[in-house]
Amino acid sequence: MSNSETGSHVSYLEYKGKYKGILSWLLTTDHKKIGLLYLYSVVVFFFVAAILGVLMRIELIAPGETIMGPQTYNGMFTIHGIIMIFVIVIPALPAIFGNFFLPIMIGAKDVAFPKLNLFSYYLYLIGAIFGVLSQFIGGGAPDTGWTFYVPYSAESSTNVIYALVAAFILGFSSILTGLNFIVTMHRMRAPGMGWFRMPLFPWSLYATAWIQVLATPIVGITLLMVIAERVVGIGFFDPKLGGDPVLFQHLFWIYSHPAVYIMILPGMGIVTEIFPTFSQKPVFGYTAILFSSLAIAFVGYFVWGHHMFTAGISYGSRWFFSFLTFIVAIPSAIKVFNWISTMYGGSIDLKPPLLYAISFIFLFMIGGFTGLTLGAVAANVQVHDTSFVVAHFHYIIFGGMGFAFFAGIHYWYPKMFGRMYSNKLANIAWGINFAGFNLLYFPQFVIGLQGMPRRYFDYLPQFQTGHVLSTIGAFVLFTGLVLMVFNLVYHARRGAIAPSNPWHGVTLEWLIPSPPSHENFDVIPEIKTQPYLFGNKSDNKSN
Amino acid sequence: MLMSTLQQNHSEHIDSETGKLGMWIFLFTELFLFGGLFLVYAVFRAKYSEDFHTAADELNTFIGTLNTVFLLVSSMTVAMSVTAIQKNNRKLALFLVLVTLVLAGLFMMNKYFEWSHKFEYNLYPGSEVLKNLPRGELLFFGLYYMMTGLHALHVFIGMILLSINIVKIGKGTVNQQHYLMLENSGLYWHLVDLIWIFLFPLLYLIT
Repeated sequence: MSNSETGSHVSYLEYKGKYKGILSWLLTTDHKKIGLLYLYSVVVFFFVAAILGVLMRIELIAPGETIMGPQTYNGMFTIHGIIMIFVIVIPALPAIFGNFFLPIMIGAKDVAFPKLNLFSYYLYLIGAIFGVLSQFIGGGAPDTGWTFYVPYSAESSTNVIYALVAAFILGFSSILTGLNFIVTMHRMRAPGMGWFRMPLFPWSLYATAWIQVLATPIVGITLLMVIAERVVGIGFFDPKLGGDPVLFQHLFWIYSHPAVYIMILPGMGIVTEIFPTFSQKPVFGYTAILFSSLAIAFVGYFVWGHHMFTAGISYGSRWFFSFLTFIVAIPSAIKVFNWISTMYGGSIDLKPPLLYAISFIFLFMIGGFTGLTLGAVAANVQVHDTSFVVAHFHYIIFGGMGFAFFAGIHYWYPKMFGRMYSNKLANIAWGINFAGFNLLYFPQFVIGLQGMPRRYFDYLPQFQTGHVLSTIGAFVLFTGLVLMVFNLVYHARRGAIAPSNPWHGVTLEWLIPSPPSHENFDVIPEIKTQPYLFGNKSDNKSN
Repeated sequence: MLMSTLQQNHSEHIDSETGKLGMWIFLFTELFLFGGLFLVYAVFRAKYSEDFHTAADELNTFIGTLNTVFLLVSSMTVAMSVTAIQKNNRKLALFLVLVTLVLAGLFMMNKYFEWSHKFEYNLYPGSEVLKNLPRGELLFFGLYYMMTGLHALHVFIGMILLSINIVKIGKGTVNQQHYLMLENSGLYWHLVDLIWIFLFPLLYLIT
């Protein structure tokens, strides 16, 4: 608190560095500005992909061709998936909030390799642009789905190569971000901050970063092999040339299953910060939450086969992967119990971040339980490749990671921009989002169980009620999102000036002014206690 | 206290422990990148062991051995160059990095002759000759080209790194106090060597 409210404070947004104007953003190595660059890019790409999603929902409002033909529809769900997964969901939380808050929360002035950090942003941007371009140029939008299953992805005449290259570059960017974070946490924690005094959002990023570093190269080489198959005819996955398509599925999911933990773990980390702050109570079971993050990261490596129960893998491996899938649900459940116990008996302040965090638990639980349905071998065969899977996945990824993202942006917004948004608008937007979300995806569980396949532009008349409800939900949700973004964008310049600690949080980011100065801390704080000690402020880790 | 001193200096130079930790983690990712190919190799070797046996006979063990020697010696010289710079012997360090670079060049030259020799016999990916071979042999050559190709790309990147080091040692920006760049390039070079040590027996020796 040494320099807040003294008038001499210069925020990172006003800081005059080596470059002026737009270059001060494009060439910045400040982790906070890079975090914002990611934020703006993610929002833009999110709306591109969300509009594709809405268009698909319009197509599905009635059986038969409504506004687009099958080929266009195939391109839409492919690009929707590629952008959402590789450009938004995988990088968003670590790259935005991780970049902005990881160094601050561990008491560092920046990440370990600031220039590398900027480099990974540009890799990200190039990859993202490749992904969007593949929709519009040359041979037509790729139509393989975001999973690039061979042999079709080796044969399709569309722009599959662009999409593969995009995913490869984005993977490389993700690796470098993860590497940067691991080294940052190993080398740059403030004096006194032992590993077990580190807040839990950094811990979740630590678990995530190891997955990014150790799993992503495998999908990288796999995508290169598909490119090699298309370009020079090296047929590792082509049965005609002696290859094995199931091998591709193995290699793909060895990365892409852990990748869903890249998506969800930082989201869990964010709500773990929010519950204690808005309950004014220490987090319940710090150690349990910490080790459950690591356990998820570890066990998450060995469950990839549950995507392939119908692909003809052996009985033994189906048994094994199903069993481990049930095991990996345990650490997630531990977290849920801890979050609820954190709120129990706390003095709860139902502000927008907490609303989003609570709805995160609700949606994540629905996604998690239906995940167990899918993880059971027998049930999986019944609902495989139906819209049940689509609904499950969106409950986990959008309801989980997405709502955690919204929770995070409402939680840290005052710190990032130095302004307050309108609580009232934020609450209304939350209500619309929550209602719209459930209306959009819940009917898909039902029609999925009844046999509606995923990735079809057409369907039998008996599924229409579900599809119509779902499409209405899409519009409601989209309205809510627009309102939420409007609230945040509008108040970034016009909102009331935010105090340095509007929510009475106790982690390090709340002890410095809003917005932070260029180097975060004038004096690196010394950490003397555990994180999350509320109550007697003089006992806490500020001076 | 030590940590805060490190952080204050951090804006000018990344301290060497931090830099090396980053490099090591990067090397892990490289191992996993090649790991995917090793996995594919294992699967197909188990499935088509006879064909792999026949196809591996086509490779020239002499050139492979020669290249192994080049890489092993170059790994030694690059390690020696780090010791030389630690002892502030700039000329020796420069010489040793140069030797490493020459050995890398010889490796690439051999690789070039090896590949072009196979191309003469129409043994390149997608060729008619290759497509008419038994499936296992076809896959072996696919793996051969992909693995040695990706490895050669790494050798090439390593050569660029070594060249940058030569310039920096010459200018004195890599010196007795700050030799992280050289050390990390050396680590990278050892990885290139290490991967070759696995590729060589898998492709050339186990026939």
